[in-house]
Amino acid sequence: MIAYVLRRLLDLAFVLLGVSILVFLMVRFIPGDAVEIMLGANTDITPDRVAALRHGLGLDLPIHAQYWKWLTGVLHGDLGTSIWTGRPVSGEILARLPATLEITLLALLLALALSFPLGVLAARARGSVSDVVVRVLSIVGLTLPTFWVGVLMLLVFSLYLPGWPAIGYVPFTEQPLGNLARMALPTIAVSLPIIAGLTRILRSSLLDVLGSDYVRTARSKGLGERIVLYKHALRNALIPMVTVIGVQLGYLLSGVVVIEQVFAIPGIGRLIIGAINQRNYPLIQGIVLVVTAVFVLVNLLVDLTYAWIDPRVEYS
Amino acid sequence: MTAQVRDFLRRLARNPVGMLGLALAALVILAAALGPLLTPVDPLKQSVLERFQGPSWRHLLGTDNFGRDTLARILYGYRVSVAVSFGAVALSGLVGSTIGLAAAFFGGWIDRVLMRLMDILLAFPIILLAIAVLAVLGPGAVNTALAIGIVYTPIFARLARGPALTVLSWDYVSAARAVGAGGARVVVRHVLPNIFAPILVQTTLSLSTAILVEASLSFLGLGTQPPTPSLGLMLSQARDYMLLSPWVSIFSGFAILLASLGFNLFGDGMRDLLDPTLRGRDV
Repeated sequence: MIAYVLRRLLDLAFVLLGVSILVFLMVRFIPGDAVEIMLGANTDITPDRVAALRHGLGLDLPIHAQYWKWLTGVLHGDLGTSIWTGRPVSGEILARLPATLEITLLALLLALALSFPLGVLAARARGSVSDVVVRVLSIVGLTLPTFWVGVLMLLVFSLYLPGWPAIGYVPFTEQPLGNLARMALPTIAVSLPIIAGLTRILRSSLLDVLGSDYVRTARSKGLGERIVLYKHALRNALIPMVTVIGVQLGYLLSGVVVIEQVFAIPGIGRLIIGAINQRNYPLIQGIVLVVTAVFVLVNLLVDLTYAWIDPRVEYS
Repeated sequence: MTAQVRDFLRRLARNPVGMLGLALAALVILAAALGPLLTPVDPLKQSVLERFQGPSWRHLLGTDNFGRDTLARILYGYRVSVAVSFGAVALSGLVGSTIGLAAAFFGGWIDRVLMRLMDILLAFPIILLAIAVLAVLGPGAVNTALAIGIVYTPIFARLARGPALTVLSWDYVSAARAVGAGGARVVVRHVLPNIFAPILVQTTLSLSTAILVEASLSFLGLGTQPPTPSLGLMLSQARDYMLLSPWVSIFSGFAILLASLGFNLFGDGMRDLLDPTLRGRDV
């Protein structure tokens, strides 16, 4: 197990190095002169300002020196400065991270809480009306455009519950109830496809397990259906669910980035869209790097958890 | 091959979910291809007198804030959705499968380097990588197709490599090589037909998600640019006058759902039919 963890950490380091190179090269891939494009919307461009920005971004160095300078900065927590505000990129990202993380976490919890009973219900009553309903809903849920759901929710709430604070964000620490009230709609919207996905997986893996020999043994020795289901079958059926949580988190994050735009939530999604509109490349690079690093780390944790709870996983 | 195709179609006909998906997907493709023939209305034609209308015989799905016909705009929007998604999936399918095949065929360091590169691309959350590519290339429909194509490439590379490795280790492939079949011949005649089914299924399922990603990117303002009608963009603009007239929001989002759902159901039905390990199970 230790060897496996070490090997995964080595893989992780390699992937992160590759990610950092790609993110670093982003600015070089821009067609035309990146500096002029970044300053494009600005009226008071002077040659001095262009040269200063070029130097500030390290663009006057040879490319490997540029990368090294940038990488050592990143490893020390210095992601550069935002072109428009002049503030450190790391600070801007940290300020926006809580809202995005909160929706992501709440949506994941909601999805786990709901997909459990739904998946069990569908698998236990296979072929029944409730099974069919759950299956149809889970297929539709997978392809639901969450930003559309968000827009429809806003429509319904502004028509029938105009007093509900549907838009914007207040930190939980300042106003816990106000925070949760504002988080409710976006969280529900982005969690729907995840609920659908997890329910589907739990249902089919539970059906697999319920048809296996050891479950037949448990039944034939006279155990009640409830004990067979919850003590014997469910544990094994959960393993496929754990493996896909990493993938589902990727979808979830994509949903959150877009839903922030619908509900005017000052998170990472709105930050990066604003940065793109302003051609604020250091900020774009910082966001892509930080979010991807977090995403990769969480995925590693999921994989390690999976290896830990399932002794059958081969560490090869 | 024709017998196989006929057999496939016969089994598909007995799979109601797959058939429904096929029907929806076909409808969307037809709408995209025949858009201008289906509606005589110009999707860009503005009419101040006909703003914010609900569904009527004159405008089946109502009009937007410029008095433009929603149905015409959805039909033209499907053109962009379908063109971008098909372009993206074709690009990633071709490039990705080629990379996967090459990795499996050559093995050794070529395999390691190619698949490591794919791992790095897979490390990015989907939408973030697409956004980053668009931040570099600039917005627009063609760049959106490129961005989604890049994002999906590693999926196809991984998908092609696994089964290709298995097939290459089979005795009859070694036999073909032993009697002098060249590398290209082995890959085209023996490996490709054997990995065709999973790639076809993945292609259809990828179309379903590509439609959603394209709509998301356009909704964010990074994809298709106005005045070109695009479903994501329509929904984004309709938010501003949602209370005056909710129809555009409702219909444009529903149009996205239908398209994505169609390809998803069809892909799902195909997987049930083509994947022997799943056959007979109603997953």
